[in-house]
Amino acid sequence: MKQEPITIEDFKEFFSKIVRIRTIEQAIAERYHAQEMKCPMHLSIGQEGPAVAISMQLNASDKMLSTHRSHAHYLAKGGNLTMMISEFFGRETGCSGGMGGSMHLIDKSCGFEGATAIVGNTIPIAAGVALSQKLSKSKNITVVCFGEGATEEGVFSETLNIASVKNLPLIFFVENNSYSVYSPLAPRQSINRHITKISEAHGIKSLKGNGNNIEEALAISLEATTYVREKRKPCLIELETYRYLEHCGPNNDDHIGYRTKKEIDFWKSYDVIANAKKAIKELGVSPDSLEKLIQENTKEEIDNAFREATLAPFPKIERSISYEYA
Amino acid sequence: MNMLNKNSVKELKQNKRINNFADGIAAAFFDSMRYDPTVLAFGLGATDPKNIFGTMAGLEDEFGNERVFDTPISENAMTGMAIGLAISGYKPVLTHQRLDFSLLSIDQIVNAAAKWYFMFGGQQSVPLVIRMIIGQGWGQGPTHSQALQSWFAQIPGLKVIMPAFPKDGYNLFRSSIADPNPVIFIEHRWLHQMSWNGEGRVVSPTQLGKSNQISTGSDITIVSNSIGSVYSHHAANILKKYNVGVEVIDAFNLRDFDINSISKSVAKTGRLLTVDFSHQFCSIGTEIIAQVLPLNFADLKIAPERIALPNFPVGTSFNIEKDFYFSTIDICKKIESMLNVTFPNIDDELKEYQSSSKKRFDGPF
Ligand SMILES: Cc1ncc(C[n+]2csc(CCOP(=O)(O)OP(=O)(O)O)c2C)c(N)n1
Ligand SMILES: [Mg+2]
Repeated sequence: MKQEPITIEDFKEFFSKIVRIRTIEQAIAERYHAQEMKCPMHLSIGQEGPAVAISMQLNASDKMLSTHRSHAHYLAKGGNLTMMISEFFGRETGCSGGMGGSMHLIDKSCGFEGATAIVGNTIPIAAGVALSQKLSKSKNITVVCFGEGATEEGVFSETLNIASVKNLPLIFFVENNSYSVYSPLAPRQSINRHITKISEAHGIKSLKGNGNNIEEALAISLEATTYVREKRKPCLIELETYRYLEHCGPNNDDHIGYRTKKEIDFWKSYDVIANAKKAIKELGVSPDSLEKLIQENTKEEIDNAFREATLAPFPKIERSISYEYA
Repeated sequence: MNMLNKNSVKELKQNKRINNFADGIAAAFFDSMRYDPTVLAFGLGATDPKNIFGTMAGLEDEFGNERVFDTPISENAMTGMAIGLAISGYKPVLTHQRLDFSLLSIDQIVNAAAKWYFMFGGQQSVPLVIRMIIGQGWGQGPTHSQALQSWFAQIPGLKVIMPAFPKDGYNLFRSSIADPNPVIFIEHRWLHQMSWNGEGRVVSPTQLGKSNQISTGSDITIVSNSIGSVYSHHAANILKKYNVGVEVIDAFNLRDFDINSISKSVAKTGRLLTVDFSHQFCSIGTEIIAQVLPLNFADLKIAPERIALPNFPVGTSFNIEKDFYFSTIDICKKIESMLNVTFPNIDDELKEYQSSSKKRFDGPF
C-alpha cells in the first residue's frame, strides 16, 4: 500500500507488474489453442494498466471484486497464478475447484473476493462487502472493477445510490474500453452521457483519466484510495483503455471490422507498456533490462503453473454435488 | 391491527405482547439478533411505523440503525448488498413486503446467492435469508399476490421454507437465519393473524428440518405447505367426524421435503392429495406426485390429485378472488370425491367452521 507521492520505485513496480500480467495473458492465449483450457476466456491484454494502478494502492486486507474479464485484477491483487491456471484447466486444485473457470475467479487469501460472469452482478455485492467493513469499523476499503458496459445496467445506479446513502468505503472502478462485445458505444450510450456525471449526481467523488497513461492511472488511483480511506466515502474512477484481442478468446479479430483501423492504431500506439517504458526512461532508468528480467521470471512462473495444473486431478461430479449447499 | 409497537420491546423480551404469527416473526428476529450480533435486518419499510405488518416492530430501537434499516426501492442492489454482507461475516435478513417485488432481484438471487458457494468450489457460503410475503386476497390482483415458491424451489443452492403454524414460523425463521445457505423464507399473509402466545421460544435454533406430520390417519395422505397445511389440518379435524382418517404432512422445506415419510404414509393410505397455494402448472404438488409415483405405484388405490390455484393470474375483483382461492371446504369436498363417498350434512359442518374461523386479512394492503 502506497500513500506517499508517486516515486520512481512506483513506476518500476507498475512496469514490472504490467509486463508480468501481459506475459501471462499472452502465454494463456498461445496455449489456449491446445484446447485443454475449455472455458470462455476474456483476456486483459491491453488493459493491464488500470488493474495494476489501483492494486498498487491496496493491501491484502482490502477487498476486490470483478467481472468476466478479471485475470488482470486477480493477478494484480496478488491472486495465486497456479490456482488460476488450474482453474482454466478445470482441475480440482483450481482457485474455484474447477466449478468456476476463467469467469469465476477467487483468492480470498489476498482479498480477491470473487469475480462473476453476469454483467453488473458484483457491483452491489461489493457494496455489501464495503458495508461489512463499515459495520466492523475496519480501516480497509473495497474496489469493484467492471467495464463501461456494466454502467448500463440498472444495478449500477442503484448501487451508486446506496453507496452514497451509507457512505461506503467503496471504489467503483470502471474500465472503459468503448466496447461491449462487438457493440460500440454509439447505440448503447448517448454521447451526452458521462459516467462520472452519473456518479457525481449521486454525490460521489468521481475521477477520470487514461488508464494507459502511467502517471494518470497512478495519480488517480492514489487520490481515490486516499480519499476513500480517509473520508470513508465512495469514489468512482473511470479509466479509458483498450482490449487488443477479441472480446472472448485468444485471437485477434480486427479483420471483422467492428473497430476501425484508425482507432486500433491509435490505441496500439498508446500501449501501456510502451508508455510506462517511456516514462521510466525519462526518469533516467533504462527499462529494457528490467523488462527482460520480468519476462524471464514470469516465463518460469508460467511453466511451473501450467505444469502443476496439467498434473492436477479433475474434480469428480460427486464433488460438484457437495458444493450445492454449505 | 394487532401489531407490536415500538414501546413493546420490553414486553417482547418478557414474552408478553406476542399474540400471533406476525409477532412471532418479530420475536424470532429479536431472539436471533440478541444472541447473534452478526444478524442484520433490512428491507423496504423495515423501520417505518408499520414495520412490515408488525413483523419487525421494535427492532431498530433495540439494535440500532446500523443493524436494522430501511432501504431504497432497489431490490436488486439490496439483495446484492445482502450477499456481500453474507460473504463478509454477517447474517443479513432482507424482507420484501410482497414476493412480487423480489422479482427485480432475480439476478442476485439466482446468479449470485444460489451459486456463490458452488461456483467458487465450496469456499464461501452465503448465510442469507430473504423473507417474502405472499399477499393474497383483498384485491391484491395480478402483481401483488403471486405465490412463486416453485420458481425458487427449482434453483439448486437455495433453500425454500414455507412455515404453516405460528410456532413453526418462529422456529423455522430462527433456523433459517442460523443456516449457512441462502434461504427464501416465504410467509403467506393469511397466517400473520393466527394466534400464538410465544410459548416455546428458544435460545438456540435447531437445524432446518424437512417436513412435519401434523395429522394422522389411514385413508388419505395430504402433502401441503404454509396456509395449505393449516387448511388441510382443519379438514382433517372436520373429517374425523366422518371417520375419515386424513394424514397431513406439512412439507415446509420445499426443495428438501421428507420423501421417505411421505412415501411411507402413501403406502399406508393408498391415496395422495397435494395442497399448494400456487399455480398448479409445475407446482410443488406436481413434483411431490412425480417423486411418489415410482415409489408407491403399487400402493396407490386411486390417481393422486392436486389442489392448487388456477393457471391464470388472479383478477382483482372480489367476485373473482372468491372463486380463485380455495379453502378448507374445497379440501373436504375433494376428499369426498377422491374417496367416492358422501359426507352427510358436510355443508352445515363447513358453514359452522367458516363462521368460527378467524378473519384473515382485511386490507387495505
Ligand atoms: C446481464 C448480462 N448480459 C449480457 C452478458 C453477455 N456479455 C458478457 S461480457 C459483455 C460485455 C460487457 O461489456 P463491458 O462491461 O464493457 O466489459 P468488457 O467486456 O468490455 O470488459 C456482455 C454483453 C452478460 N454476461 N450478462
Ligand atoms: Mg467494455
